[in-house]
Amino acid sequence: MYLSTAVRRGIAILTAAVVLFLYAPIAYLGLLAFNRERSIIFSGFTLKWWGVAWRDHEVRRALWGSVRTATMATLVALVLGTLASLAVHRYRFFGRTTVSFAVILPIALPGIVTGIALNAAFRQILGVKLGFFTLVVAHATFCLVVVFNNVVARLRRLPGNLEEASADLGGDAFQTFRFVTLPLLRSALFAGGLLAFALSFDEIVVTTFTAGSGFSTLPQFILGNYSRPQRLPVVNVVAITVVVLSIVPAWLAQRISGDVSSAR
Amino acid sequence: MLKPLARWLHRRPLAGLVGLLCAPLAWLVVVYLGSLVALLVSSLYSLDSFTFTVVKHVGLQNFRELWHRPVYARVATRTLGVAAAVTLVDLVLAMPIAFYMAKVATPRVRRALGIALILPLWASYLAKAYAWRTFLDPAGGLLRKTLGWSPGFGLSGVVIVLAYLWLPYAILPIYAGLERLPNSLLEASADLGGRAGVTLRAVVFPILLPAVVAATIFTFSLSLGDYITVGIVGGKTQMIGNVISANFGVNNVPLAAAFAVVPMVIMVLYLVGVRRTGALENL
Repeated sequence: MYLSTAVRRGIAILTAAVVLFLYAPIAYLGLLAFNRERSIIFSGFTLKWWGVAWRDHEVRRALWGSVRTATMATLVALVLGTLASLAVHRYRFFGRTTVSFAVILPIALPGIVTGIALNAAFRQILGVKLGFFTLVVAHATFCLVVVFNNVVARLRRLPGNLEEASADLGGDAFQTFRFVTLPLLRSALFAGGLLAFALSFDEIVVTTFTAGSGFSTLPQFILGNYSRPQRLPVVNVVAITVVVLSIVPAWLAQRISGDVSSAR
Repeated sequence: MLKPLARWLHRRPLAGLVGLLCAPLAWLVVVYLGSLVALLVSSLYSLDSFTFTVVKHVGLQNFRELWHRPVYARVATRTLGVAAAVTLVDLVLAMPIAFYMAKVATPRVRRALGIALILPLWASYLAKAYAWRTFLDPAGGLLRKTLGWSPGFGLSGVVIVLAYLWLPYAILPIYAGLERLPNSLLEASADLGGRAGVTLRAVVFPILLPAVVAATIFTFSLSLGDYITVGIVGGKTQMIGNVISANFGVNNVPLAAAFAVVPMVIMVLYLVGVRRTGALENL
């Protein structure tokens, strides 16, 4: 399709504007974490809030809670997501599209539906007390989808004849998985795991409904404190920390998988 | 030790399938679909108005209340309106940038843009909404200080911030769809005398439709259920999510569950409706 230079330039400018639009709020928040005053307008540089945040017991407890939850949810999601993707990729079975459909539901339905539904299941039906365990179960459910997407995308690109060659050489199903499939999937698993970690680290809606009152994560800390002027600088520090701790794994995953469309 | 098992599995591919599927399927069916059923069940329970505890007295009373009290219908239509507006804004913003990435940019710029668009998606949702609060604050936010004007906290703030938050979700599927569109088709259209407008309408649009629908699934669904952003930048604005969350907060889980059925049904109908366009493979 022929486009004049003016049109091309116009689209390029729009693109630059959109990128700027995407980064401006994050950059400004980063700046505020070093703001001398307790205000939302930057007035001078200081590092003191980082020390204050680091010594804050509530923040420490929330950080530890987030790390534990994200690690456990990622581990569960890695195992289950890989199994599901192998099944969907390898076999043509009745209900295969239903499985693919069911896998996307946790990300296609609004978070509040997932949250309320899990809460209803835990409390009304099963009678389980909310806490770390229920939180991990809930997070693993949507982390599973991220791992599944990454692994399925990789499996589609792998040549099937490698596994056949392994079988021809006498390798059984487990040996083939251990020595052929798994090494080929390693980077996809790593990328999927990093993304799952980042997703869990930042999640707030499902967390609100499944963590109960005794457990705290960093997003919960932000939500509970953002409207208290006294806590403003600490909230800024925590918020930018969550940004860094979810953006770095996502960036790594991107470098590893090198595929734009699978990194969601 | 695994040898006999592997041999046995080789003769029974079905057992292999079952072995692979049972754990994740059990998780998805039991944990996820099971809890959606639990949601439906608890939406039929009711709240004892004296003790504020949930009584397992099954009936349609919650849905009757949602239907008869006009405030719920107002909240639901407002939410649908916001979700539609956000989706529209995101599509308008996403089209040029996706087109630039897929068809204009050099491969190096394309890669850089791909990463530049994905990273904000992973930067904390809450931090971004909160950053917008410091922008929009009518009393002394950045927009007021620099431009002298701010939409403030309210419905327009909600639409702006939600559109901001979900924009990468709209760009990525559309970009992927455009990338799959062969340039030769565009050239063929031009050779046959089609101008840019005709090519867009007759060639690009039909091929791109599944990708666009996939983009709308994200922006629409995420807006439909949001209440945190609404709470942060919406002022007094109430959306479905806020009503659910407020009822949940006062222990009226049955009514919260009943109202949560509304976005759930809307999304499932939407997903089933667009299934035939092939959009779900583009998610």
